[in-house]
Amino acid sequence: MSDIHCMTLTEIAAKLQARELSVEYVVQSCLDRIESTEPRVQALLSVQAEEALAQARAMDEAGPDADKPLWGVPLVLKDLLTTKGAPTTCASRILENFVPFYDGTVVERLRNAGAVLLGKANMDEFAMGSSTENSAFQRTTNPWDMDRVPGGSSGGSGATVAACQCYGALGTDTGGSIRTPASFCGIVGLKPTYGRVSRFGMVAYGSSLDQIGPMTRSVEDCARMLQVIAGHDPKDSTSVDVEVPDYLAGLGSGDLSGVKIGMPEEYWGEGLSPEVEKACRAAMAKAEELGATTVPVKLSYTDYAIATYYIIAMAEASSNLSRFDGVRYGYRNKEADELIDMYTRSRTEGFGDEVQRRIIMGTYVLSSGYYDAYYRKAAQVRRLIREDFDKAFTQCDFIAGPVCPTTAFRIGEKADPLQMYLIDIFTISLNLAGLPGMSLPVGLGENSQMPVGLQLMGPAFSEAGMLSVADALERALPPMPVPEM
Amino acid sequence: MKISPEEVAKVAKLARLDLAEDKIELFAGQLDDILNYMDKLGELDTSEVEPLYSPVQHTTVLRADEVRKDYTREEVLSNAPEQDGQFFIVPRIV
Repeated sequence: MSDIHCMTLTEIAAKLQARELSVEYVVQSCLDRIESTEPRVQALLSVQAEEALAQARAMDEAGPDADKPLWGVPLVLKDLLTTKGAPTTCASRILENFVPFYDGTVVERLRNAGAVLLGKANMDEFAMGSSTENSAFQRTTNPWDMDRVPGGSSGGSGATVAACQCYGALGTDTGGSIRTPASFCGIVGLKPTYGRVSRFGMVAYGSSLDQIGPMTRSVEDCARMLQVIAGHDPKDSTSVDVEVPDYLAGLGSGDLSGVKIGMPEEYWGEGLSPEVEKACRAAMAKAEELGATTVPVKLSYTDYAIATYYIIAMAEASSNLSRFDGVRYGYRNKEADELIDMYTRSRTEGFGDEVQRRIIMGTYVLSSGYYDAYYRKAAQVRRLIREDFDKAFTQCDFIAGPVCPTTAFRIGEKADPLQMYLIDIFTISLNLAGLPGMSLPVGLGENSQMPVGLQLMGPAFSEAGMLSVADALERALPPMPVPEM
Repeated sequence: MKISPEEVAKVAKLARLDLAEDKIELFAGQLDDILNYMDKLGELDTSEVEPLYSPVQHTTVLRADEVRKDYTREEVLSNAPEQDGQFFIVPRIV
C-alpha cells in the first residue's frame, strides 16, 4: 500500500468507504508524502497536521458515512479561502497572522461532505500572477521540473495535487488561475460558470471574474468535487439559483457521437509553440475518432481580451483591497501616530510589488477623467467578447483550444509584467464572459517533456457535458504519467 | 508618455501607498507600457455597446430582519492589531 498517495480521489474514497484503509492511515500517508516532497516543491503555506489526524481518528471511530462522498479524503485549499481556526494569508505579508473565525461556504461544504482538510496552498499574492512567483513567502516549483514554475495563481494547489500530497485541491480562477497551473502541472482543473459556486469566504480579487473550482488527478475526481461545492448560496448575491445536475451521470460512455467542437482560428494559429499545438491537435484527432465533429469558429475579439481583462481586474482589485487598512485585521505599522499615516505605512509595507502595481493601475483607470476611456470602454468590449462566445455556441457545443501558448516556463523567465500578462491570452476571455472552462492534460510536450493542457470551454452551466467530453478523451488518451519526485 | 512619475505618485497617494522614488520611476515605466498596450481598445467602435459589468444579474438578497448574533465580539476582535476587548483601537484622528 506504499503507493496510495498516487491513487485518484475516486479510488481512495471507495477504499475508505469500504474500510479497506483507515482515515488515519491515509491522512498519515499524505503527511509523510508532504514531509518528503515539500522541501523541493514548496506547495503549501501551512499544514494542519494535528487537526487532520485528530479528525481522522474520530472519523475512524465513528465509521464511514455513505452520504458523505468525500468521507476521509485529504484535500488542500488555496490560501485565500477562509478556514475557521487555520491561517488564511493570500500569500501576503498583510495577512500573515490572519486566522478567520468562520469557514467560507465551499470549505463548509467540503467539511460536510467528510473531507479532511490538510493545509493551505501557496499562490500569487492575492491571486495576482500567472506563475506563483509573486508569493510573499515562498516559490513553489513545478513537480515535473524544479527549475520551472507551476503556473499561477493557484500554483500551490496545482503542485500539491501533481506531487500526490493530497487527492484534490481547490483553486480560484480570475483570468485562468485554475486552468494554467492545471495545464503546467499535468492535472485536471475546472473553472465553473460564474455564479455556479459560492464565493462567500473567498478573499476577492476581481469580484466579477473570480470563481472557485476543483483541481484533481482525474476528470471523475473533478466531477466529484464540483458536485460537493456547486449550488446556490444565499450568502453570495452573485451565486445563481440554478439546479445542480448529476456531474457523474454522463461519465464513462467514451462516446462523443453528435458532439460538435469548435476550434477558433485565433487559438490555433500564430504564437502557439509547436509542441503544444502538436499535443492539442492529437487530442482533437482522438476526439474525432470517438465520434466528435470539429468545426472552425471565430472569436474575433480575442486580441482585445488581455487589455479588457486587466483594466477590469485591476479596477476591481484596487477597490477590493481598500479594506486592508490595518484597523480590523492584518498587518499594522506600529510607528504611525496618526490614522492616515497608519493606513499608508501598513499598506506600503504589507503589499508586495505586483499588488501595489495593480492597485495603482486600478485606481488610475477608475479616476476622474480616465474612467470612461478605460473602465467603461473595457466593460463595453467585455460585452462584445461575451456576444462573440454566444455566437460561437450557436455553431458548436463546446470550444477547444490550448490553455497556454507554451508549456511551463522557467522561474524568473518572465520578469516584465506585461510579458507575464500576455500568457493569459487563451484563458481570460472566458472569465470576462463568465463561462465555464477546464484544462485536461493531453500528454507531454515533445521538446520540453512538460505537460500540455487542452482547454475545453462551454456555454453557461454546461459543466456536466464538458466533464463528459473530457472524461471520454481522458479514457482514450494514453494515461498521464506521475512526475518522479 | 501616458503616465508620468508625478502622476504615479499622486495616484499612489490616493490609494494610500507611499512609494520610494526609484519605485515610482520603475512603476511609471511599466504602467506606461501597460497603458499603451491597453490603448488597442481604442481601435473598436463601442459607441452603441452597453457596458457589461458582471456576467450575472446581481440581486438584492433579502432575509427576515431578525436580530441574531452570528459571531461573538471576541471573535470579531480576534484579528485586530490593537483592541481593548470592546473596540478596535486606532491612532488618534484629531
